[in-house]
Amino acid sequence: MPIDNNENKEFKPVIVAFCCNWCSYAGADLAGSSRLSYPADVKIIRVPCSCRVNPLFILRAFQKGADGVILCGCHPGDCHYSTGNYYARRRMTLLFSMLDYMGVENGRTRVEWVSAAEGVKFSQTMNEFIEQVRSLGKNVRLEDLRCKKN
Amino acid sequence: MQEKLVSRAKELLSDGTVVRVLGWRKGDTDFSAEPAFFESAESLDEFTYDGFCGANLSKYMIKASKEEGKTLVFLKPCDTYSFNQLIKEHRVDREKTYIVGVGCDGKLDIEKIREAGCKGITAVTEDGDTIKVATVYGDKELKREDVILERCKACKGGKHVAYDELAEGCDEEKPAKEGRFELVEKLEAMAPEERFAFWQNELSRCIRCNACRNVCPACSCIKCVFDNDRYDTAQKANTTTFEEQMFHIIRAFHVAGRCTDCGECSRVCPQHIPLHLLNRKFIKDIDEFYGEYQAGEDTDSRAPLTNFTQEDVEPSIVKERG
Repeated sequence: MPIDNNENKEFKPVIVAFCCNWCSYAGADLAGSSRLSYPADVKIIRVPCSCRVNPLFILRAFQKGADGVILCGCHPGDCHYSTGNYYARRRMTLLFSMLDYMGVENGRTRVEWVSAAEGVKFSQTMNEFIEQVRSLGKNVRLEDLRCKKN
Repeated sequence: MQEKLVSRAKELLSDGTVVRVLGWRKGDTDFSAEPAFFESAESLDEFTYDGFCGANLSKYMIKASKEEGKTLVFLKPCDTYSFNQLIKEHRVDREKTYIVGVGCDGKLDIEKIREAGCKGITAVTEDGDTIKVATVYGDKELKREDVILERCKACKGGKHVAYDELAEGCDEEKPAKEGRFELVEKLEAMAPEERFAFWQNELSRCIRCNACRNVCPACSCIKCVFDNDRYDTAQKANTTTFEEQMFHIIRAFHVAGRCTDCGECSRVCPQHIPLHLLNRKFIKDIDEFYGEYQAGEDTDSRAPLTNFTQEDVEPSIVKERG
């Protein structure tokens, strides 16, 4: 009898969160130090600015087995580099629209603006997002099995 | 028409205006033409301009711009958009280019002629809107509209946006065709599962020959993200259909906002994947979200993805519009 029987376990989505160094990463830090809870399945990747996130990063995350990808950055107008998040906003709009066009569920991708003072918003967003991805189930449309370890 | 272009090219070569000519010559068959450089008057005898000269020559100007002297290039109306876009990106040198605009009534697709029931084709001649196909089994007449390249069905019109002179037979007033986004809208109206099945079916045929990348005038990076530097070769092996999907999303994304919709990607695809439908989706989205934009129409405006406004739509629009 297999000891590790995945079938009986509750589905735990893997979420990759790209957080900008100046606002959202600090927001996540505040959520932590304020003892606000969000699931440990959220894997945070710190990036210098939300516009550092290349569409390849997002696809790569899906390819490696993420079930949802969220990008967090400073609020429009508050970017540490003045305009980075405006560019990110355009890019992500187009990328998400394309993924939707190709039949990937549009609930698996999200952009949220979280400032350094918004620890509560960070934890709420993550809880919401993880629920949404859980309801969509496992990501099977955008993954390449070759990248996974057995 | 072809003779006039050749004699004009010979004139410009002999008076020293240009040192080489970029045009087309017959390819492997009489029904395919390939881009070619001609450096002498004699070699111009091979020059050809017919219904099968679909190839967009603007990308070849990147190479020609790095060489000594001026190059004469023949550009069809839609090719001039690609050329303008390359000027904007500082990839070609306008000073080293002499553009002769040539007219175009829509280029022919030999595959479509064959599909129309023509076998054993010996000659194809154009007569206005009628295409006369001579075959060993007898002659046949086809309507031009039925056998033109997919991209010509969404013709941008007869206007050349960049030229030094126009050859005879150019109709600058020819209007653009309607219905460019019809198929994109059709796909958008489908359910996500159907869309996914559609693209999976289309893209799983991809053999990663990289023809779409190599032919694209907007795809002109010297070093490409899809090149595998470890082996100094393009990474061609594909294991699953999903990887192909990644390739095509990224390929289309990298030219978003710069793609002039010249349709070369779909023309060269040996597997007949409708790649222009990916590019057109980006164009449609850009038009909807950030205002109408035609890449290559001018040489000084900012591309949509290198620009922004404070009131841009949020990415959540994709989910909200359903």
